[in-house]
Amino acid sequence: MRKTECLAMILAGGQGSRLKALTKTVAKPAVPFGGKYRIIDFPLSNCANSGIEKVGVLTQYKPLELHNYLGSGSSWDLDRTGGGVFILPPYAREKGADWYRGTADAIYQNLNFIDLTDPDYVLILSGDHIYTMDYAWMLKAHKANNADVTIGVFEVSWEEAPRFGIMVTDKETGRITEFQEKPKEPKSNLASMGIYIFSKPFLKKYLEEDGVNENSTHDFGNDLIPKMLADGARMFSYAFDGYWKDVGTIESLWQANMDLLQDQPPFDLKDDKKRVYSSNPSMPPQFVGPDASVRQSMINEGAKIEGTVDKSVIFQGVRVGKGAQVTNSVVLPSAVIEEGAVVNYAILAQDVVIKAGAKVEGKLGEITVIPEGAIVNA
Amino acid sequence: MKQVVGIINLQEDNSLIRELAATRAVEALPFAGRYRLVDFAVSNMVNSGMSLVGLLLPDFSRAVLDHIRSGKDWDLARRREGLTYLPAALPDNDSRKGDLKDIYANLDFAELSGKQYVLLTNASYIYNIDFEKVLEFHKASDTDITMVYSVVNANRKGKSMVIETNEQGKVTDLAEVTNIKAGQKMVMGAYLMPVPTFAYLVRSTYERGGQDFLLDALLRRGNEFKISAFEHKGYFAHINSTLGFYEANRDCLKPEVWEELFMNNERPIFTKIKDEVPVQYKETAEVKNSLIANGCEIRGTVENSIIFRGVTVEKGAVVKDSILMQRCNVQEGARVEGVICDKNVIITKNRWLKGAENYPYIVTKNARI
Repeated sequence: MRKTECLAMILAGGQGSRLKALTKTVAKPAVPFGGKYRIIDFPLSNCANSGIEKVGVLTQYKPLELHNYLGSGSSWDLDRTGGGVFILPPYAREKGADWYRGTADAIYQNLNFIDLTDPDYVLILSGDHIYTMDYAWMLKAHKANNADVTIGVFEVSWEEAPRFGIMVTDKETGRITEFQEKPKEPKSNLASMGIYIFSKPFLKKYLEEDGVNENSTHDFGNDLIPKMLADGARMFSYAFDGYWKDVGTIESLWQANMDLLQDQPPFDLKDDKKRVYSSNPSMPPQFVGPDASVRQSMINEGAKIEGTVDKSVIFQGVRVGKGAQVTNSVVLPSAVIEEGAVVNYAILAQDVVIKAGAKVEGKLGEITVIPEGAIVNA
Repeated sequence: MKQVVGIINLQEDNSLIRELAATRAVEALPFAGRYRLVDFAVSNMVNSGMSLVGLLLPDFSRAVLDHIRSGKDWDLARRREGLTYLPAALPDNDSRKGDLKDIYANLDFAELSGKQYVLLTNASYIYNIDFEKVLEFHKASDTDITMVYSVVNANRKGKSMVIETNEQGKVTDLAEVTNIKAGQKMVMGAYLMPVPTFAYLVRSTYERGGQDFLLDALLRRGNEFKISAFEHKGYFAHINSTLGFYEANRDCLKPEVWEELFMNNERPIFTKIKDEVPVQYKETAEVKNSLIANGCEIRGTVENSIIFRGVTVEKGAVVKDSILMQRCNVQEGARVEGVICDKNVIITKNRWLKGAENYPYIVTKNARI
């Protein structure tokens, strides 16, 4: 296989149990977001827009829909000759088969794939964050620092800091001096974004050690990063100052959707250089009926809106009947909200039917989730 | 349908639709917010199970080539078969007019395809059909050629081919008229016949000086063949005038037409994929009875209109009874009513433009008003 400078590996096996009903049939990276996207569209599009031609996607939990969605990678322009998307589920070897035991183990089990593509650098990404970023700049910083590891960091508020893996850095050089996993008393407010660039031989050495260490949990944050720090490796932070959101919970997923509805959204989905690609259904422009009212909302193709939609994100093929009201909600593909029904502070999964006159009402901080295919009667 | 090769004729006469088709073939005209006319012809063939399709290119072919490219978005970029472009014949000494010379020049495509039948269609018609039914009908009738027709429901201007049929569904008369009346049977530009019949018809007509497939081959020599007619009962439109274009677009605002043409799960209409963002409706948006394509940002009022991909309607702007093509920008306080704006038109602040119901005002590509 042709040599590649930087290989990206996306960890897409997460179950996303905190997303409850939304991950009953799909892995977290396949959860729909923003009217037409799925979470994994963001790292994949970022790779495509950063000039990365080879991307391994490590899948494990309920991978069928995700595999189907990725297809040949053509949606992200990643169906390249000698490159593109490689789907990497766990597989059996001479000594039997293993599930991926942790984030580091997932990469460890695919070391032969990494050797095959022969990269100088390996970019590790996770499949559960919403952001648009050009990794080429981060790689440039990695090279300029002559680093072993570069970790993407994002400034969070001091109140939030205890929820993240925190990097304590030297202010001038950005060199990481200490790592605190979910600290009660954070010494810094720079959170790890779960984006790592490793120089390949360095990564390989540590993975091989970790792979046979029975006391390890095989996790980058828990095991490898602390070990590397202890060994005095050249570890640098790369600060990202754009929009970045972890969408691991129902509330944060809902909030990230709502963020798109601001008059000037916090990140520009229309920017040609940062275009987020997605698999496109063949559906017509949306139809907005004579009695409809639509405000502060994002609506995708194939939707038919005959009622009121306010502060909501509506996916393709959704139908909102006459007199129905949808507010502060996220409605996933092909859901139907019949005449006079009311939906407020809710996430309706695919193919949900809200019968005429029925009500689904959550509230701020307690978003109601209706699972895939459910029918809600009046 | 695997035994049918498709040829889509993109050489429609554009004289009645000058303003919009001056720099592009009629078949490349944008339609219903995100499509081009040719999408219907190609999608119909693909959805009917055909896998070998040739596009007979028009004189201005850039828009079509840029739109279709490898045919991938229609699932026609295949290892075997798929999409083929059939270029126009080189002009020779007796350079003739009409499409027949181009069909003649590309006869190899059909003859060497190894298929049994040819389906020739014209991409200036809007309809969603399963051609499998036409093939079954053809096989069941004792006939040489099958035409697809529809009964018109209102008088319309513009050149149309009409037929009369007997009780057995056989065509007894064929004529080209300039005005069509309600109740007449209008041919929808689709003809199915065995490859040898097609080759014989084209070759012998061309070699005897024929110029136009419809007029010289089918119309003049219709009596030499057994011709049957298959009725398409659903929605259809023929885009052969500016008014026809405006009305067909507006027909898509009828929910039943929108559903029939576009929301059929078995037969979606494919088009070039652009990865646009879902439509963004802002706080001041006021949208009624309209089709809005992805990539639009709406802050103003939109009524009874068709808005293509990437259009912005700013605060206080009003768009009524209009068609705004890709990337138009209606600025604050501007007002357009009964207007067709071609691509990239900018209506600057507080300008008013008004056309009439039966005579939409047309703003040409890239204009700034």
